[in-house]
Amino acid sequence: MMLATINGGAIVLIIISVYLAMLLGLGLFSARLFRGTSKDYMVASHSIGPFLLLMSLFGTTMTAFALVGSTGESYKEGVGVYGMLASSSGIIHSLCFFLIGVKLWKLGRANGYTTQVQFFRDRLESDRFGLLLFPVLVGLVIPYLLIGVLAAGTVINGVTRGAFPELFAETAGGAPPWLASLVICCVVLLYVFFGGMRGTAWANAFQTMVFMVLGLVTFYMIATKLGGQDTFLANMREASQAVDKEYMTRSHIPKLKFLTYMFVPLSVAMFPHLFQHWLTAKSASSFKLPVVAHPLFIMVVWAPCVLIGIWATTDLASVPDAVPANAVLPFLVKKLAGPVLGGLLTAGILAAIMSSLDSQFLCLGTIFTEDIVVHYGGENRFSEKQIVLMARLFIVAIVALTYLFSLFEPRRVFTMGVWCFSGFSALFPLVLAALYWRRLTLAGAYASVVAVIISWTLLFRDSQFGKDANYDFLGMMPVATMITCSAVALVVVSLLTKPPSEATLRKFFPE
Amino acid sequence: MKYVVWGLVVLLIVLHQDNWLWDNDTLVFGFLPITLAFHMGISLAAGITWFLAVKFAWPSELHIDEEQSSSNPEGGDA
Repeated sequence: MMLATINGGAIVLIIISVYLAMLLGLGLFSARLFRGTSKDYMVASHSIGPFLLLMSLFGTTMTAFALVGSTGESYKEGVGVYGMLASSSGIIHSLCFFLIGVKLWKLGRANGYTTQVQFFRDRLESDRFGLLLFPVLVGLVIPYLLIGVLAAGTVINGVTRGAFPELFAETAGGAPPWLASLVICCVVLLYVFFGGMRGTAWANAFQTMVFMVLGLVTFYMIATKLGGQDTFLANMREASQAVDKEYMTRSHIPKLKFLTYMFVPLSVAMFPHLFQHWLTAKSASSFKLPVVAHPLFIMVVWAPCVLIGIWATTDLASVPDAVPANAVLPFLVKKLAGPVLGGLLTAGILAAIMSSLDSQFLCLGTIFTEDIVVHYGGENRFSEKQIVLMARLFIVAIVALTYLFSLFEPRRVFTMGVWCFSGFSALFPLVLAALYWRRLTLAGAYASVVAVIISWTLLFRDSQFGKDANYDFLGMMPVATMITCSAVALVVVSLLTKPPSEATLRKFFPE
Repeated sequence: MKYVVWGLVVLLIVLHQDNWLWDNDTLVFGFLPITLAFHMGISLAAGITWFLAVKFAWPSELHIDEEQSSSNPEGGDA
């Protein structure tokens, strides 16, 4: 009765508000378990077991793109996007967790690292190397953060349009993006500020469950209504048989481009926020469940969305041309499932966004504290309490700066997504060699990072600064060239320069 | 067995390029495009392969570390 008197947009807003309140409650509750040390704040005292590690790693690697982007891309490109982005990630992400994550966890536990820069400084016997790597990592994370903050504002504005015609007349009656982004930033800030890594891991686990379950519910609701048939299976058959051949094949995707897209998921090996999550593991065995289940979780989220995307191209869905690809899923939900499911799906999309944002905010706070202030201020100069306070203040500053940047509406930042991932992927040879190649030298590492910076900049400029969304180099994804430059520079320069000291080799490569 | 596991990982990467299905628009079970069905199969096979990897290719020194840390536990449950 009451729902009948409230308009759809307001129902969506109420559901989102309830969801955010629950999330905040969970984050603040986890803060009660805080042990007061910097290790507890930054890496949850290495106490995270297999299930929480699986959920937090999966939640961190999946962004809003997993729900709305996957549907939108398959709406534009057809089923090939599953192979380009989902099945490839299932193989490569787990490979990185297995080969890189477990090894870094072991070294991190043994030597007390909380950041990547600490590991590389130690492995390469160089303080200055950190000064080169630090801005590269921060520079690649910031656009990624901005994408999340802007996407949250856009999503909430889109689903609440028409709900408050007088209050928000300038934004078609929807909550203005600046306000929506502000609320999301504040919620994430609060649970990260108080809960640290433990709060982040708990919130990630909760949010991952939310977006996985709601994704499946949405698929079921759309699939049962789209074909106009009696049963679920009959509806799916009706919808799929109406799809044009070009969306059911990869005839329009160049084979070399498809092949080289596989380099993009290597980025997870160098994500600083993922490094920090790896270090939260209670034991090496905690990695086993994430390694095995990650490809299956990706399939559960992506396959239904890709099917909805190709069904949306048919006359059965009647998606107007004016609807942008990324709005196809919310459009179908609104059309076929009503405001309650619309609100729940929006909560799911925000869950996917926030489960990445929280880790990135915490990670930047940690690396500014550990790699700059504590490193240069002197380890014994600060008490545990002071270090935690500094990390918290850095997190507040980073959230505030990110939010302020987002107000300038840098829409072009969306084109940066694949470029950020490519930059991290191009650093893959560095972390692989640091862990498995005794002959890697400091000069080789410098050469590798410089090669990444130069190749990334030249290719990015050649793509008209990301404007050309289908840019390729020699028919390949630009990441392939960047990784080649990085690997060749690393190997050649390392072989030409003096090997690391015996002490370092004994520390990192014990017999 | 370790080499078999790593062989399977390489096989997965090779199979992922499925050139032979590039223009095939067959619907499996009447609703699932064969390209999508094949790549969902790759995801399932990846899960199985990684299960075999953690079972048979898990670094042996980690087993020793686990035994040592279980006799001297540091952390606790989150």
